[in-house]
Amino acid sequence: MAAPRRSALAGPKRFRLGPRAGRTLWLAALLVPPAVFFLVFEIIPMASALVYSLYRWEGIGRGEFAGLYNFRRVLFEQPFQAWTINAFWNNVVVFLTLMVVQNGTALFLALLLGANPRGTRFYQVVFFLPVTLALVLVGFQWRLFLNPLVGIVNKTLTAVGLESLAQPWLGQESTALFTIIFVNAWRWMGFPIIVFLAAIRSIPQDYFEAARLDGASEWSVARHITWPLIAPAVTIIVILTFIGSFNWFDLPYVMAGLDGPPGRSTDVLALYFYRTAFGEVSGGLQDFGRGSALAVLLFLFVLVVSVIWVRILRRREVELT
Amino acid sequence: MNLRRVSTITLIQLLLIGNTLLILYPMAMMGLSAFKSTREIFRNPFGLPEVWSLANFFRVWEQTNFSLYFRNSVVVTVGAVVLILVLGVMASYALARYKFRGNELLYLFFLSGLMLPLKLAVIPLFIQLKAMGLTNSHLGLIFIYAAEGLPSAVFILTGFLRTLPQDLENAARIDGASEPQILWSVMLPLIRPALVIVGIYNLVPVWNDFFFPLVFLQRESLKTLPLGLTVFMGQYSTDWAILYAGLTIAALPVIVLYVLLSRQFIAGLTAGAIK
Repeated sequence: MAAPRRSALAGPKRFRLGPRAGRTLWLAALLVPPAVFFLVFEIIPMASALVYSLYRWEGIGRGEFAGLYNFRRVLFEQPFQAWTINAFWNNVVVFLTLMVVQNGTALFLALLLGANPRGTRFYQVVFFLPVTLALVLVGFQWRLFLNPLVGIVNKTLTAVGLESLAQPWLGQESTALFTIIFVNAWRWMGFPIIVFLAAIRSIPQDYFEAARLDGASEWSVARHITWPLIAPAVTIIVILTFIGSFNWFDLPYVMAGLDGPPGRSTDVLALYFYRTAFGEVSGGLQDFGRGSALAVLLFLFVLVVSVIWVRILRRREVELT
Repeated sequence: MNLRRVSTITLIQLLLIGNTLLILYPMAMMGLSAFKSTREIFRNPFGLPEVWSLANFFRVWEQTNFSLYFRNSVVVTVGAVVLILVLGVMASYALARYKFRGNELLYLFFLSGLMLPLKLAVIPLFIQLKAMGLTNSHLGLIFIYAAEGLPSAVFILTGFLRTLPQDLENAARIDGASEPQILWSVMLPLIRPALVIVGIYNLVPVWNDFFFPLVFLQRESLKTLPLGLTVFMGQYSTDWAILYAGLTIAALPVIVLYVLLSRQFIAGLTAGAIK
């Protein structure tokens, strides 16, 4: 294979081709390590997750092939079915609430910043700050704030005369999930703000000027120019919020607990999956079979819904020319 | 018209200032409480501390495992980001700058990872890493994060490398530079901005990650900061002065870095979502 050595006199074109074997060796040296690494630590585990869900498991030891046995159990057998459905609906609530509270507010704030008021740069930096903090840290910070007796949330409410609103936010089923969702919005809001703002800024200024010259109100400018033209950013935020909502783990784990207390009111699929695979707090049973089935179902659900959603949302995106 | 305009501007500023307070007030409460004693936190939660004492911080640093968690987080994060950058540059350089059979296929192979949430493969990963002796090890975690980060690194770096003109390499080749030399001294300096983006894109999530350490690190001496925080919060649950000091110490390095490099942080962390 060894190509004859070329002299420098052979000219730039031929020299660039170089000895074939050397080029192949160089490309292999560049590509084989990352490819093998990726295969071993990403592709094989992902494929195994699918395979494992089709086997019976004794704790963490693999038994015989069992077809869809694990899937039947988590979807149709009690008490697993009730847990699965409960966690699933909580994820749906998380997603819908975040869409309104977190992304709705973010869009509003991005529209304000889009008008380039004084201090825009400062506001951007401040609003994005919590996004850089660990969810675990934010969760604990707010758990202290939300302490029913000595936390500053209830103390603030009392101080401004709204004592009747002070309550054990994380301790009652009616408020626990929504409280954690609000903390999530506090942590994440800066992200959609930046994404929406970037989209707003990419709209040519003439569009706005033309509309305003025609006497359009700020509301109708936002409704008929900004909103359709930032559709791609909206698509991305909807999808990312959807994926994030169905992988929700750190905040409910830290602020409520692994079992989704009180009751199962803060239980979500990722917590339920973790519990099933690695055991309850009280050292309960581990079942890799049901755990794998839950992981596969969650993956397929998020993938299929995301793909459908992207298709639908893409349709209303307008191409900027 | 002017009056209306002025009142609109005022309203916008009021709303923005309101949201600024909503973000900064809790951060300030956390930082201020860290200087108080637990008794003072309960008695006077809103005021400034009576004495600006660093005692709580020293207690956290010296009497708890905090500095250990810190070191562990640094080791894991630096290891993961370096591995992502090295593997990412290798793969994307070959994919972006050379034509060969299977190029497109290999590119898609790496990109497939963008759609695969590795968290959901944690059961097979657990079995596999246990067999390799990589549970309860920082190296195991570093490998997981590197696998997770590689697809986005290849995506960002390949896109960037493809925009560089071919003349650069040709000129270097004419000057007699070897292929590795071209990569190292011609290309790498040029893609530095993209390397920063990839670095931050991975640095913050890895530093903040909780799920994988929870599954893979049981030994106290190995725990990273987010996981260590759960231990710490349980251990000192009634000692609020210590808790606030701990949280403040945990938040401080990220906040300082963020204030210094806010532009890069914002660009890096939103890299996937903004074109």
